Amino acid sequence: MAKLKVALYWAASCGGCEIATLAIGDKILKLAEVADIVFWPVGLDFKYADVEKMADKSVDVCLFNGAIRTSENEHMAKVLRAKSKIMIAYGSCAYEGCIPGLSNFYNRQLTFERAYVETPTTDNPKKIFPQTKVKVPEGELDLPEFYDTVKTLRQTVDVDYIVPGCPPEEKTTWLALEALISGKLPPKGTVISHEARALCYECPRTREEKKIKKFYRPYEKIPDPEKCLLEQGFLCYGVATRGGCGALCPQANMPCTGCYGPVEGVIDQGAHFLSALSSIIDSNDPEEIQRIIDDIPDPAGTFYRYSLPDSLLRRAKVK
Amino acid sequence: MDSFEPKIVAFCCNWSSYSGADPAGTSGMQHAPNMRMIRVMCSGRVNPLFVIKALSIGADGVLVLGCHPGDCHYIEGNYKTMRRIPLLKKMLKQLGLEEERVRLEWVSSSEGGKLAELATSFTQSIRNLGPTRLSDLKQNSKEAKHG
Repeated sequence: MAKLKVALYWAASCGGCEIATLAIGDKILKLAEVADIVFWPVGLDFKYADVEKMADKSVDVCLFNGAIRTSENEHMAKVLRAKSKIMIAYGSCAYEGCIPGLSNFYNRQLTFERAYVETPTTDNPKKIFPQTKVKVPEGELDLPEFYDTVKTLRQTVDVDYIVPGCPPEEKTTWLALEALISGKLPPKGTVISHEARALCYECPRTREEKKIKKFYRPYEKIPDPEKCLLEQGFLCYGVATRGGCGALCPQANMPCTGCYGPVEGVIDQGAHFLSALSSIIDSNDPEEIQRIIDDIPDPAGTFYRYSLPDSLLRRAKVK
Repeated sequence: MDSFEPKIVAFCCNWSSYSGADPAGTSGMQHAPNMRMIRVMCSGRVNPLFVIKALSIGADGVLVLGCHPGDCHYIEGNYKTMRRIPLLKKMLKQLGLEEERVRLEWVSSSEGGKLAELATSFTQSIRNLGPTRLSDLKQNSKEAKHG
């Protein structure tokens, strides 16, 4: 059997997904037996021009991580889509926008002002911002355009499968790779994970009754290691998050932050969590309810931590 | 701006506000025609997602109307609504939307007058705010995943 041709790419991401790909450990040898890597900017010296020269659909699988933040990201998403038979949104950034997507609370101008002027370590008295063209002695160079709004991979090109997680756990990555190697592929659009239901199904903590009088941030209280974190008042996102990671954070006494995305069938993870969370506030008095809600300083950033670009609103309205 | 007619979506509980529309109608009460009523079995059925979706596809204001506290047909559905809407409003504000665009009110089946008055006053307050223009946010994204 001919070896699989695999391309890996990173767009707007932190690099954690690249590490996650390697985290499959010695299974990488098994992967090397059946697959050739034809493009991987972080690990191998191929140029964009090399990919552009490849025939359409000549790559079997592209593992694409990172959100779409610049024209370069978008260009490579489109090129790799054309060259690849199977396009996989690998990791939360490609899937839902993730942390880079939080800049959808702002726009390009505000992001630039923050990054290139306001930050305490920046010395930029002439207020020089990134440009799309620059003159150098050799001529004029084109640079990627920085978009106003971060988009997900699915909002940019047709995507076949999704591997969730920030970053995807080793076993989730391997579940996807095994399916590819064996040729036993799930239906198009599948979010590949060991669990389609909420994380709570995997969480070993004891659950009793969810009634909350006060919300706590992780630094405010040391959680009881046995009881459900949400029942203790921590904003544990497990109820609205797809399982499959093995409930690692709750087992380390930290609340789930929602990186595996929505459970099967849910289209807006933030609204889903908001609904679940507010329903269990233990009060029927509007003033007390308001006081309890005031314990949550940043609901939008908490509920859409990983999914603002993939949410119904996609971004904040910036005045 | 004079020609701006707000689109108002009202999620109405079957047992209270939705029934309240009948006395309002049969007594010939006048009110602003901007409200589109959607019947739900309980205000507790109104997932915050419904409100966000309404706003994201063109509603300028959303009313959620349920039974008065203590009167829920399902005993405590409206208490869940009472907890959800303030958190939703706090979140929408962070997303750049005026919190006045979403309002929760208790309207019983005998309060046709209150319903008519709300339809008019809420429409007027949204008219003053202007359109949400959330569809502008999506103009660069051709593919609308959620329709």
